[in-house]
Amino acid sequence: MPILDHLWIIPLLPLLGSAVNGLLGGKWPNNIVNSVALGSTGLSFAFALEAVREFLALTPDKLPFPPQHYFDWIDAGNFRAGFDLQIDQLTVVMLMVVTGVGFLIHIYSTGYMAHEGGYYRFFSYLNLFMFFMLILVMAANYALLFVGWEGVGLCSYLLIGFFFLKKSAADAGKKAFIVNRIGDFGFMLGMMLLFRTFGTLDFTTVFAKAAPMQADALGQFGTLTVACLLLFMGATGKSAQLPLYVWLPDAMEGPTPVSALIHAATMVTAGVYVVARSYVLFTHAPTAMLVVAVVGCATAIFAATIGLVQTDIKKVLAYSTVSQLGYMFLACGVGAFSAGIFHLMTHAFFKALLFLAAGSVIHAMGGEQDMRHMGGLSKKIKWTYVTMLTATLAITGAPLFAGFFSKDAILLASFQSENGGAGTGRTLYAVGLFAALLTSFYMFRLIFLTFFGKPRYDEHHVHVHESPWSMLGPLVILALLSIFGGWFALPSFWGGPDYFSNFLAPVFSGGESAATEAAAHALELPLAGVAVLTALIGFSIAFWLYISRPGKAEALAKSMSGAYNTLLNKYYVDELYAAVVVNPLMWVSTNVLWKFVDVAGIDGTVNGIASSATSLGDTVRHTQSGNTRSYAVWVVIGALVVIAVIFFWPAAAPVSGMVR
Amino acid sequence: MVPTSYYLILSAVLFGLGVVAFVFKRNVITIFMSIELMLNAVNLAFVAFSQARHQSDGQVFVLFVIVVAAAEAAVGLGIIILTARNRQSLNVERVDLLKL
Repeated sequence: MPILDHLWIIPLLPLLGSAVNGLLGGKWPNNIVNSVALGSTGLSFAFALEAVREFLALTPDKLPFPPQHYFDWIDAGNFRAGFDLQIDQLTVVMLMVVTGVGFLIHIYSTGYMAHEGGYYRFFSYLNLFMFFMLILVMAANYALLFVGWEGVGLCSYLLIGFFFLKKSAADAGKKAFIVNRIGDFGFMLGMMLLFRTFGTLDFTTVFAKAAPMQADALGQFGTLTVACLLLFMGATGKSAQLPLYVWLPDAMEGPTPVSALIHAATMVTAGVYVVARSYVLFTHAPTAMLVVAVVGCATAIFAATIGLVQTDIKKVLAYSTVSQLGYMFLACGVGAFSAGIFHLMTHAFFKALLFLAAGSVIHAMGGEQDMRHMGGLSKKIKWTYVTMLTATLAITGAPLFAGFFSKDAILLASFQSENGGAGTGRTLYAVGLFAALLTSFYMFRLIFLTFFGKPRYDEHHVHVHESPWSMLGPLVILALLSIFGGWFALPSFWGGPDYFSNFLAPVFSGGESAATEAAAHALELPLAGVAVLTALIGFSIAFWLYISRPGKAEALAKSMSGAYNTLLNKYYVDELYAAVVVNPLMWVSTNVLWKFVDVAGIDGTVNGIASSATSLGDTVRHTQSGNTRSYAVWVVIGALVVIAVIFFWPAAAPVSGMVR
Repeated sequence: MVPTSYYLILSAVLFGLGVVAFVFKRNVITIFMSIELMLNAVNLAFVAFSQARHQSDGQVFVLFVIVVAAAEAAVGLGIIILTARNRQSLNVERVDLLKL
C-alpha cells in the first residue's frame, strides 16, 4: 500500500493519539499514556519517512506529485475548499522536521514531565499540536493551511497555559492567543483577497495563474503586493516578528519541551513556511519582499540586543529564537527561499536542542531558571554540557556546524540583494552580521554563566543530577543533527554541491535569481571568513567579560545603566503596548461597553420592561376590589356600552332599524 | 288588543328595577332575586315579539331561558347556602376574599 495515496494517515495518527489520551488517559498510569503518545507520533514519523522515500523514488514524469483530494470540506457558491493534502520538496523538509523533531521531543517529555500533574493532558495537547502542524505543512490550499495555522495556535495557547493555576502562565497563554489573532486577521484578509483575485485558494491554481502576471514595481501597491503584505502580517504574528513578537518571550511560561517544539522548532516557523510556499506571489511583489527583508533584519537585531542582558536561561533562548526567525525572513525577503528554509531546518535542530538542554539544566537545578544562580555545572552534568555546547557552536556559526552553512547562505544572499538598490542589500548584510556578533556573545554568555565559573547556588540544598536517558537520548541525536544537518548544503568552496537548494529547486523554480550565481561562488569564501571572524569577536567579548574578568560585566552594566536598563526592560515595548493599545481598550470596555452599553443600555432595556410591567400591574390591580357589587356595576356599565355601540355606531344602523 | 310597545315598556321597567336592585342591594338573596327579575323581564320581551311577529322562535327562547334559570338557581342557591354557613351573613360586602 503506497503511503503516497494515503497521505491522510500521517496527520491522522497523532489526532487519534490525542483523542485516546485526552478522553481515556485520565485514569491511566504514565506508561500507557506514553505508549499511546509515542506510538502515534512514532508511527506517524515512520509513515512520513516511507512517504518521503516513495516521493523521492518517483520517476520525473510523475512530478510534481498532484495534490490528493480526500473529500470536499466547503462547497458554497463558487467557493470550494477540499481536504487536499500534497507533498513536494518543501513539504518533505517540513514533514521531516515536524515528525522527526516532534518525535524526539515526545521522548524527552516522558522524562521531563514524569513528575508533573496532568500528564495525559500534556501529551494529548502535544499530539493534537502534531496533527495541526502536519495539516499546516501538508495542506494543498490556503483554507486548509489556515485550519492548521489556527489549530497550532490553539495548542500553543493550551500548552503555554499548561500550568494554568499560575496566573503568569494563564496570562501568557492569553497574550499569545490575542497577539496571534491580530496577525490572523491580516492572514484572513489576504486569503479573501487571493480568492477574489484568483477565484480559488488551491496552491497550484493560484500560483499557476499568478506566475504569468505582470509583477508590481517597487513602491507600487497592486493586488499581489497587498495580498503578500497581508499574508506577511499573519506571519509576523505566528512567527513572532516585529511588531507582534511580544508573545513569544512570555510563552516561556509553558513547560520546556513545549518551548522547544512549538516555540522554537516548528510552529513559529509556520510564517516562514507560508512566505516560502507563496514565493510565486512574493516574487511578483518586490515591495512586499523588501518589507519582509527589512522586518526580518530589524527583528534579528532588535531581539538579539534584548537577549544580551536577560538572566532567565529560557528568556535568552526565546529572544534568540525571535532573532533567528528574523534571519529566516531576511532570507525570504531577499529571495533566497531555500536558504530561509534551510535555516529553518538547522534552526529546528539546534534550537530544539538548546531548549531541551536548558530544560535538562533546569531539571538538574531543581527548577532554577535564573543563570545568576547557576555556574560551574560543566563537570556535574557532562552530557547536557556537551550537547548544549554543540548547539551553541551551531547557532553561532562555527565552521562545519549546521548554523555556519545556513547563516552564511542568508548573509550571502542579502549581500547580493539588489531589491531596493544595492545599498539596501549591503545594509541588510551589515545589520545581519552585527546580529550574528550579538548572537555569538549572548550564547557564549549563557554557556559561561551556566557551566563555568564558581557555583552560585546553595550546594547544600540543590543536588545537581544528570537527567535520565529518556531526556539525554534526544539531546544526543539532536546534537548530531546540529553538526551534520548543515552538510546537506555545502557551499561550492567546500567542494560539495548544494544538495539542499538543488533539492528545493523544483519548488522555487524561477524564484531565485541564477544570474548572480558565478559572483556568489567568488564571494562565498570571503564572506564566510568575515562571518566566522564576527562570531569569534562575540565569543571573545563574552570570554573577556565572564571568564577572564569576572565582575567586569556588572561594572559595565553599572557604567551604562541607561542602555542596560532599557535592554533589561525589553525597550519598554510591553509598557508601550499597554499604554497605547491595552489600556485604552480596557477603558473603552469598562466605561463604554460595560457600564454604558451593557449595564445602562441592554440591562436597562430589559429591566425597564420588567419594572414598567410591574408598575402597570400595580396600578391596574386596584380595579380588582374583591367587592361583588362593584363587579356588578362594571357588568352593567359594560352592557350599557355594548348597547350604546349597537344602537349608535354608524355601521350598526341596520340593527337599530330592526326594532319597530 | 294590547299594543306590543306596552309589553316592551313593562319589560324595560322590570329589567331596570332588576338592574337597580342588582347594583344597590347588599343581601345576596335579594341580588339573586333581581337577577331572576331581569331574566323574566327579558322573557316577557321575547314572548311579546313572538306574538307580534307571529313566529314561535321567541317562545322557544323563553323555554331555554327558564331551563337555564332553573339550573342557575340550583347552583346559585347552593353557593349562597355555603357562603352563609361559612360567614354567618348574607351581606355581599363581607365576601371579599379575592381582595388583595
